[in-house]
Amino acid sequence: MEGNEFYRITSEPLSMDQITNKVIHPNSGAVLTFIGTVRELTYGRKTLFLEYEAYIEMAERSLRQIGEEISKRWPHTITAIHHRIGKLQISDIAVVIAVSTPHRADAYEANRYAIEQIKEIVPIWKKEHWEDGDSWVGDQLERNPYPNGKPEIEGSR
Amino acid sequence: MIKVMFFAHVKDKAGVSDTIIEQEVMSVEQIRSYLNDKYGIDESDRVMIAVNEAYAEDDREVRRGDIVAVIPPVSGG
Repeated sequence: MEGNEFYRITSEPLSMDQITNKVIHPNSGAVLTFIGTVRELTYGRKTLFLEYEAYIEMAERSLRQIGEEISKRWPHTITAIHHRIGKLQISDIAVVIAVSTPHRADAYEANRYAIEQIKEIVPIWKKEHWEDGDSWVGDQLERNPYPNGKPEIEGSR
Repeated sequence: MIKVMFFAHVKDKAGVSDTIIEQEVMSVEQIRSYLNDKYGIDESDRVMIAVNEAYAEDDREVRRGDIVAVIPPVSGG
C-alpha cells in the first residue's frame, strides 16, 4: 500500500479514493477532490496519448509549497496532490487534488487555487502525441503562461 | 563544476538531459548566455532557471556543487 505522502509525482496509476482519504479529518466538514484526465480532442485536434515528464524533486517540493500556501490562505485546510508522469492514455487520471476544510466554500477556492498554481509553476511537462505528430506543450492556451515572462519567484506569493 | 539539467523541449534542443559546466561561480545570467552559445537556447524558448530546486533571478550567484535546471514553460495538470 501507499505511504503517507501528501505530495507526490509517480508513474503509477492514481487512485482518487486513496488520495482523498489522506485529507479526511475529524475537523473537516467538506472534502473536495479534483481529477484531471487526459482529453482526446483539443480544439478539434485528436490526441492519441500523452507523455508527462517532471523534474520530480522540484515538482514535489513545489506541490508541498502550494499546500503550505493553501493552509495559510484557508486555515485548517489539508491538501494532498499526486501527479502522474510517463505515458497516459485517453481518460487516464493525470492529477488528483484533494482538499478538506471545515466549511465548503474554502474547499472550492483552495482546490481551484491548487490546479491553477500547478499549471503555472510546477515543473511538469506534457507531450502531446497527435494523429499527425507530437509536440511538447509549453503554453496550454496558446498564450504566454507567465504574465511577466516568468513565474513569480517563490516567496513572493 | 556546476551541473545543468534540461527538460522537455529544451532537452530535445540540447540533445542531452544534463551537462557539467567547469566553473566555480557564475551568475544565472552568465549561465543563460552559456546555454545560448552552446545549445542555441534563447529568449524564444522562454526558459526559467532553477537553482537547487527553486526558481532564480538572473542576478543569482551559482556556485560549484549547485544544481541548475533549465525549465521551459510548464504544462502539468
